Amino acid sequence: MDLDQAKQTFIIEAHELLDAMEESLLAPESSEAVNAMFRAVHTIKGSAGLFGLDPIVRFAHTVESVMDRVRAGSLAFDPDLVNLILACHDHLAQQISELQEGDDAGSPETIAEGDALLARLLPYLETVPRPAAPPTTLVTHESHPHEEEDDQPCWHISIRFGPDILRQGMDPLSFLRYLQTLGSITHLTPLLDRLPAGPDFDPERCYLGLEIDLDTKVERQVIEDVFEFVREDSQIRIIPPRSKVEEYIQLIRELPEGDHYLGEILVKGKCLTPKDLEEALGTQRQEAFEDGTVQGRMLGTIVIQDQAVPPAVVAAALDKQKKAKEKTGHEVKVVKVQAEKLDRLVDLVGELVIAGATANTLAAQGTDSRVLEATAILGKLVEEIRDNALSLRMVQIGETFSRFRRIVRDVGQELGKPIELEIRGAETELDKSIVEKLSDPLMHVVRNSIDHGIESQEVRRARGKPATGSLSLNAFHESGSIVIEVADDGGGLNKQRILAKAVERGLVQDPSSLTDQDITNLIFEPGFSTADAVSNLSGRGVGMDVVKRNIDELRGTIEVETYEGAGTTLRFRLPLTLAIIDGFRVGVEDTFYVIPLDMVIECLDLGPFLESEQNHLINLRGEVLPFLRLREVFETRGAVPARERVVVVQFGELRAGIVVDRLMGEFQTVIKPLGELFRSVKGLGGSTILGSGEVALILDVPQLIQLAVTRKHALQPRLSTVS
Amino acid sequence: MFQITRIKDNGHEILQLSGDLTIYSAAEARHELETHLSQHPTLVLDLSEIDELDTSGVQVLLWLKREAAARVGALSLVRHSPAVVETFDLLHVTGIFGDPILIGPA
Repeated sequence: MDLDQAKQTFIIEAHELLDAMEESLLAPESSEAVNAMFRAVHTIKGSAGLFGLDPIVRFAHTVESVMDRVRAGSLAFDPDLVNLILACHDHLAQQISELQEGDDAGSPETIAEGDALLARLLPYLETVPRPAAPPTTLVTHESHPHEEEDDQPCWHISIRFGPDILRQGMDPLSFLRYLQTLGSITHLTPLLDRLPAGPDFDPERCYLGLEIDLDTKVERQVIEDVFEFVREDSQIRIIPPRSKVEEYIQLIRELPEGDHYLGEILVKGKCLTPKDLEEALGTQRQEAFEDGTVQGRMLGTIVIQDQAVPPAVVAAALDKQKKAKEKTGHEVKVVKVQAEKLDRLVDLVGELVIAGATANTLAAQGTDSRVLEATAILGKLVEEIRDNALSLRMVQIGETFSRFRRIVRDVGQELGKPIELEIRGAETELDKSIVEKLSDPLMHVVRNSIDHGIESQEVRRARGKPATGSLSLNAFHESGSIVIEVADDGGGLNKQRILAKAVERGLVQDPSSLTDQDITNLIFEPGFSTADAVSNLSGRGVGMDVVKRNIDELRGTIEVETYEGAGTTLRFRLPLTLAIIDGFRVGVEDTFYVIPLDMVIECLDLGPFLESEQNHLINLRGEVLPFLRLREVFETRGAVPARERVVVVQFGELRAGIVVDRLMGEFQTVIKPLGELFRSVKGLGGSTILGSGEVALILDVPQLIQLAVTRKHALQPRLSTVS
Repeated sequence: MFQITRIKDNGHEILQLSGDLTIYSAAEARHELETHLSQHPTLVLDLSEIDELDTSGVQVLLWLKREAAARVGALSLVRHSPAVVETFDLLHVTGIFGDPILIGPA
């Protein structure tokens, strides 16, 4: 029995709703946004009510009431209120987080904070509290004047609970308690006919059905939402007040209980008059009798033919039902899976890839063509499974990006800099594990841009820029990696100041030898900060070096592009996934290396290009390309073979050649991390196990390219003096 | 904790149920009550010590009532605790059980 499962679902959904709410709060102009916020708070309140989480219900109720007034147009959504609602959003998020940690009641600080917020919300509330939903009277009945009850036809809710809801930790009692907060239950009939006699009775199974008449002013959606968590298993019919008779008749027909029994319940609830019931049921019987069939005509047609309702009304109603059905169908299309399960799957697929490679190798050694064919098909399937499994972990980066709307707004406000955030490429997908690890470095960079990059309004005006700063987040795919750019239109990096600081800190000995790129890269040195004033946001000295380390851990790189006075762009380049790659296998002596296939441009014989062996440059169709020998990089012993090969690789805009002994073709690779011992070895990204059981080393191409390029730089001055 | 205790009241044997009669204890309660029922088809249950009663608890009691009737016995519920009264009220099942509920002076 897993009673916590439903609560977990609630927590996940609440977080999603809060995210959506935050997004709407940051663009609160449209009425759709206000509606979305209202719905988010409302749904959280409703669900929390089902779990008896009174503090959340109480708090959400007040927020909801305020939002309702905004929605109705009787309250202006001014920046003050937006800020307050944002704070309320944070408080709700805090409450949900505490719940997640198992603290149902909430910590004293949170409770105090909630009370403070409620006090601030008070002025926005109507002087007369809404009659429909008093938050504190969860259990007590509201007494309505009797005559009103007669005048007001009620919603009729007919529900047969699913057999497993008790096991799932839900109790029909909580639904009733919650319904009482929406209005007053005028009639209620419990149906326990399904309860079996004797040994068939399962005490943990739910046999209950309820026929409820609810007097309320809330909308249909609100009532439907109450049953959100049991909707899938249970049979639920909600009939609005003053519905056509046939809706009730249809209900009677559809439900398993006897026609007259249900009919009487409806009559008791004043949904039907006894005459309506008699006529509808009577006609039905008569028809059946005349036709000689048991089935008779559909009840809907009976009522239409009897001129009770115009056919159009029935058609519309049917159409609506169909749409509602389609809607539920659509919702089922998304399945939530725990991240652990997914990771386990990807792990297993990784093992499958290795095992597949082994089978392939063995098959290739034999002579049986059938085995070869079978393993070939198997290999193709494994590849597809791998791609599919990995795509399961792909998420859009948009969600991470949109979190920055809030940060940009808050930080900008704190510093008195109005800033507009532009988001592009939100639909770009990348591995979930990368997204998670990316959020911190991105946060840091964004804060840096706002704090140090974008100038104050006065400076901007003086420089002839628009007073509102602009920050853009952009994501796109490029040759097997994902590129994420954070660009601002601020002051750019001040190279003189960076250099001066670096010299002062002793990071640079000889300033004249540095290129512009070298200087900008100094900001990634540990303990480097040029900020004159340390604000509480950034500039505390733990900065870009941490960002760089985080990105390094993801096997990514950072580039800085900066124009003094015009802005800075930071470019992160990251691998699409951490787990499995398509590799290109090469060999040096008896060691195997794997180069990520996405980075391989072409393969050539080294022979004809040897002209500038000394400075490690080859002439590739007129393009000068630095190269390095893996043999030299890893100090492999042995004789250089007669014919060496070059693999031309590219990363970002840089290209280089890697010289190896043998080319061995494509190969699917599961990346295994290298042990601590190898951490300091440059040029290696990981290891993998070959089909033969041997270990191959995965090359860290970006590092190797860097090595080739810097060596070119180092050699150039010497060459120029020679010539 | 759900518990069943035999008590004597004016010479009649009564089973006193105490603790929570909920989904957590429903299976156990059904089993134990069925054992008692097989010995005495006419049962009186004292509910004064019930702290919590949920839908599954109500189902067990109702099942027991029908079982008792099937064995030509009877089940009566007496001294409903506030928790029992609240649940019965919410579900409108007082009528189904048909036992008089005494509402205390409080």
